[in-house]
Amino acid sequence: MSKSVIEVPPKGGFSFDLCKRNELLAKKGVNPPSFRKTGTTIVGLIFQDGVILGADTRATEGPIVCDKNCEKIHYMAPNIYCCGAGTAADTEAVTDMVSSQLQLHRYHTGRESRVVTALTLLKRHLFNYQGYVSAALVLGGVDVTGPHLHTIYPHGSTDTLPFATMGSGSLAAMAVFESKYKEGLTRNEGIELVTEAICSGIFNDLGSGSNVDVCVITKGGKEYLRNHLQPNPRTYTSTKGYSFPKKTEVLLTKIIPLKEKVEIIEGGDAMEE
Amino acid sequence: MDLNMDLNAPHSMGTTIIGVTYNGGVVLGADSRTSTGMYVANRASDKITQLTDNVYVCRSGSAADSQLVSDYVRYFLHQHTIQLGQPATVKVAANLIRLLSYNNKNMLETGLIVGGWDKYEGGKIYGIPLGGTLIEQPFAIGGSGSSYLYGFFDQAWKEGMTKDEAEQLVVKAVSLAIARDGASGGVVRTVVINSEGVTRNFYPGDKLQLWHEELEPQNSLLDILSSPSPEPMNI
Repeated sequence: MSKSVIEVPPKGGFSFDLCKRNELLAKKGVNPPSFRKTGTTIVGLIFQDGVILGADTRATEGPIVCDKNCEKIHYMAPNIYCCGAGTAADTEAVTDMVSSQLQLHRYHTGRESRVVTALTLLKRHLFNYQGYVSAALVLGGVDVTGPHLHTIYPHGSTDTLPFATMGSGSLAAMAVFESKYKEGLTRNEGIELVTEAICSGIFNDLGSGSNVDVCVITKGGKEYLRNHLQPNPRTYTSTKGYSFPKKTEVLLTKIIPLKEKVEIIEGGDAMEE
Repeated sequence: MDLNMDLNAPHSMGTTIIGVTYNGGVVLGADSRTSTGMYVANRASDKITQLTDNVYVCRSGSAADSQLVSDYVRYFLHQHTIQLGQPATVKVAANLIRLLSYNNKNMLETGLIVGGWDKYEGGKIYGIPLGGTLIEQPFAIGGSGSSYLYGFFDQAWKEGMTKDEAEQLVVKAVSLAIARDGASGGVVRTVVINSEGVTRNFYPGDKLQLWHEELEPQNSLLDILSSPSPEPMNI
């Protein structure tokens, strides 16, 4: 134990001080909380007039559902939306970042954003981080060149498809799409198919659940149907409600308005540097 | 749990890619399967990417790496074309790919076949496998499915084929590889490049010729089940 310990303010960079402690704790069985992931089923399909995106709403932290109704369909531009699967922080951060970049680009160019622009910005960023930014995205939108649907994988590869699914429930949803998708679907047919695919993920995949979010994007505009379907309502709510026994007795109530304690000076000099 | 790990695996294109020269140009061919572990992430991908009007590249290996490399080379070639004042040659395109592949060999995992036509050398095929070697060849094969095609090409390729002969050879070869390689599948895409321009062709998987022990494509499982089967299905 050194007697002369000089307190040096941290210069910056990562402080490794607590690593030993974390190691000892981990040995005792106390583990740090795992990343919040969106287990997820996300889908997208191209229909007659544009693109429909769909997502479930469950966010998990290991085996625990930490958010029963989260939003996985992120805004990128007025005509472009992006569903995100993987680590929730990564998908939020990367879609926010590219959304801001797109807005700046819109100001620069004076034009509506194109889906390929968002695609390139996202894939460059993800490739540069070599897969460590764990974001798997389904990007869809309608621009002057028409409707577009792309999938983007954490390592930076992209695919352009007429229908796509991502996330842990992607196999369940893809099974529905592969059997029922056809070209030239109408709006209602498309929404029904997307809902069916997401429900397939919700009921057959443990990492997906709760409600179905749908987003319809056409040349005319977009329609964000938040909680379009709620197939998992809370079935039992106690009619009696919850009453907690009062532990602490109230002896005295005294209210002192603050004005009596604080002097208020009317007027006075303006602040000067 | 296992499935989850697999879906986060980097995308690799199992792949069969082929490039063949013929009398007057080149024919590039590829399958269309992109896999993440055991799941087929895209059954209809396009692995033949355009670099310039007259040069195309077949991609194999890591999907992300090959997409980014071809994006960068397309950008460099565009600049080069503007500075040069005329279309870039196939050799230049291949060299740019080689520079990226060799100088980043520790970080990239991608095998590419560059093919095109220019007015100086005619049709040319350059193979750029994993380490970043550049090798000019009369025909080149790559990807996991290519292992099954070495003997086939030794026997079937000949100098001075016509355009149709070359294309039929490429389609037959990719189809044979698809039959034997689990990581290749889907449709067969070909690109023919010559002095007249570029032609893209598409051969759906169920229309390809059947090889040894391959069954007719069925529309529905019910058709197979209802007909009496001579022997139990082998798994």
